[in-house]
Amino acid sequence: MNHILKTIYTLLLALMPLVVLAQIDGDFVKPRSGKFLLQNATVVTITKGTLTNTSVLVENGKITQVGANLSAGDAEVIDCTGMFVYPGMIDSGTRLGMVEVSSVPETVDYAEIGNVTPNMQALTTINPNAEAIGVTRVSGVTTVLAVPTGGLFPGTAALINLNGYTPDQMYGGFKAVVMNFPSSGRRGRFDRRSDEDIKKEAEKSMKEADEIWNNAKNYLELKNSGATLHYYPEMEHLSKVLAKELPLLVQVNAASDIQNAIQWVKDKDIRVIFSGVAEGWRVAEDLAKSGIPVITGPVQDLPTRQSDRYDAAYANAGKMAKAGVKVALRTDEEENVRNLPFHAAFAAAYGLGKEEAWKAVTINPAEIMGIADHYGSVEVGKRANLIVATGDPFETRTQIMHVFIDGYRIPLSNRHIRLYQEFLERSPGLKAN
Amino acid sequence: MKKLIYIVAAFLGLGWNAQAQTPKGSVLIKNATVLTVTQGNQENTDVLVQDGIIKQIGKNLSAPSGVTTIDASGKYLMPGIIDAHSHVALDVVNEASSPITAEVRMKDVVNPFEVGIYRALAGGVTISHAMHGSANVVGGQNATLKHRWGAKDPADIIMQDAPRTIKFALGENPTRVHGRGNGIQPRTRMGVEAVLRNGFNEAIQYKKAWDTYTSAKSQKGNTTPPPAYSERLQTLADILDGKIIIHCHSYRADEIYMLINVARDFGIKKLVFQHTNEGFKVAPEIAEYTMGASVFADWWAYKFEVYYSTAFNAAILHRNGAITSINSDSAELIRHLYHEAAKTQRYGGLTDDEALAMITINPAKQLGIDDKVGSIEVGKQADLVIFEEHPLSSYAVPQMTFVDGVKYFDIQEDKDDQRQLVAATEMVEPIFLRADEEAHRCMQDVDAYFEAFQGAFLEEHHH
Repeated sequence: MNHILKTIYTLLLALMPLVVLAQIDGDFVKPRSGKFLLQNATVVTITKGTLTNTSVLVENGKITQVGANLSAGDAEVIDCTGMFVYPGMIDSGTRLGMVEVSSVPETVDYAEIGNVTPNMQALTTINPNAEAIGVTRVSGVTTVLAVPTGGLFPGTAALINLNGYTPDQMYGGFKAVVMNFPSSGRRGRFDRRSDEDIKKEAEKSMKEADEIWNNAKNYLELKNSGATLHYYPEMEHLSKVLAKELPLLVQVNAASDIQNAIQWVKDKDIRVIFSGVAEGWRVAEDLAKSGIPVITGPVQDLPTRQSDRYDAAYANAGKMAKAGVKVALRTDEEENVRNLPFHAAFAAAYGLGKEEAWKAVTINPAEIMGIADHYGSVEVGKRANLIVATGDPFETRTQIMHVFIDGYRIPLSNRHIRLYQEFLERSPGLKAN
Repeated sequence: MKKLIYIVAAFLGLGWNAQAQTPKGSVLIKNATVLTVTQGNQENTDVLVQDGIIKQIGKNLSAPSGVTTIDASGKYLMPGIIDAHSHVALDVVNEASSPITAEVRMKDVVNPFEVGIYRALAGGVTISHAMHGSANVVGGQNATLKHRWGAKDPADIIMQDAPRTIKFALGENPTRVHGRGNGIQPRTRMGVEAVLRNGFNEAIQYKKAWDTYTSAKSQKGNTTPPPAYSERLQTLADILDGKIIIHCHSYRADEIYMLINVARDFGIKKLVFQHTNEGFKVAPEIAEYTMGASVFADWWAYKFEVYYSTAFNAAILHRNGAITSINSDSAELIRHLYHEAAKTQRYGGLTDDEALAMITINPAKQLGIDDKVGSIEVGKQADLVIFEEHPLSSYAVPQMTFVDGVKYFDIQEDKDDQRQLVAATEMVEPIFLRADEEAHRCMQDVDAYFEAFQGAFLEEHHH
């Protein structure tokens, strides 16, 4: 019996390319909206359990019904028998859409010159037609936080959905001012500064951060007092954090830096999210006590120290979650954001567990970013960011069969798939000599 | 105890051959799902290893006295993973001083203390191909390493019975380093071809000069002086004589096709392409003429020559009959090659055996060691990994890794800190926050050669 099953399984695998082809060769080449009924699936809602033999109705960009035996009406029916519906995954830290080819500076738009440039807008530089966007969304990642890099306050990050023709159409309703917390760590192998120099620079940078912060405070006080202010976009943007209009996304990784950052934000009455947090496991208790939510990753990463256990990065999210930290995941990637589900799987296998890992790429980031009313689970009333898969999307063998973003049905095609179609059986093949 | 056996064995004179110094273990692994790769899967099966060699595969085997038994019920046993492209355990990577540096050898810069070896073992990797970097058209000779963690002599982690291999590189890296960086040929892909053809022609002349000398020498009263010896040209001559396998860093279809033509013209048959992102475009040619391609599972767009890539590359190459392996070229990725191989199931729907072959028997073929390793077969060297969950599952966790029957990784028993060597000057341990860069070393050691492109730009993602 087992043998027969295996044979069937092998056959199915062998036919998989054809299934994919059938998908891509399908009847549409661009995303289209409409009324869709995802019929008879196992629906993994994330927040309300897993529902078998359940259908999901998508209308006007939203999930309008979830239940058994929904009537299709005039909706386009998509048979999901034997398949699984999940909410679209959210990657909480990427440079997707802000770069085309990372070694070609002309195409790299995520890092502006200057140390204090909080007014640099990630949303401005999102290229809706970046090749990597099409490559990413067929993996089931429907939403990403695009984060600028650079100096102390490098810019303002923006959440985007991976469908739309203008940045505004893609905007997911969350922005945050980014801060690269002064670091006591090395930037990489080429960073050959002495320990002393690193320490000095970090201290100097900390002082600068304090000064800038005071300036922003003064700016806000003057503004609130009705004073006429000169055009000062940097302070204008920073003061939004002080006024709690925007949260501060603090990029911080080394254990001592994390502790310093906790202290630094403690007496500031602002919304704070930590990002990176590579050594979070070392200070997980402190993090939990602070109540600051954490976006961490990449999970598939080397330990930060030679003496660390080999799986330090794999296990980091799990250890923080166990201590009581609210954890979301990020790939910190550009072209390979599509690997978010695999990062999540590694976090799951090394301590986070599957259920928490799913939350870390859906409802947790939605809650951390304050957009849980619209995203992060399969619930009536939420935006229709949905994926339909042949199994667990964290598993590599699983195929993603349908993707919906804001109710738009996304064609499962991109350049990678088109090249596959063209070259699997190239014609002419081998030319006779 | 193991050490004792080894010492006793050594005293008994069990092999006075070159490998006598490296430890060989005996172990009985019971009740595993054995993924042989070449001969199907066998459930609830035992594998008996004696003195580093797989002796028996079957059911209800019993351990000879003194041989440890490991219960692997519910677990998976697969051959040690082989990475055909790595820079782990190398102190330097590039000798970027000339477009041809065939004379340098990576085995002179092997560092057995690098913790990356242990981390690779923790990902089930038992053999890595420690390669020269990609700065030169003809780089140095690579070393095939066996991950005998704890060895102090570099020679003990070199797989002495592996054939010689050499690194070649086409495209952006050599043209940037030499053409744009130093103002010498090659600046273009045309120049790369010229460097290769000129080099091989020079090697032919060199060989002739020596042949002439050698035959003259046997004549009585001959006083012909010998030609000047050149390690560089001798190595190129050895390639022409089929004594060395070329492993060529390449991306674009045109340059791959070019090297196939050059190889044909010079009668070179031992040729493997590395990275080969556009290999899918010339898959029939690669399949027909070469020993295949060793590729990334899904890396693309980090530089222009990999912009027109597809994650389906491995599947297309494989389905066109090319020997295909998945490699890491990264101290990070080397730790989860089983997962990288599994991506061929998402991108192309390969079977379990096809996917596993990409990190075992296929790279073994490309390194010329498939008669010794790369599958679980009686008579092969006992490089083995025990997994919790199927190795192609995203949730798989390697449990134990064996090289020559000796256990070098055990998730339950190993201490966290595996450093064997801590510099006395290291007062505070450095923290590497962008470990990503630590991982990618293909263009390491190049910055010293030219100032114009110095900085992060150089070392970031230039595989």
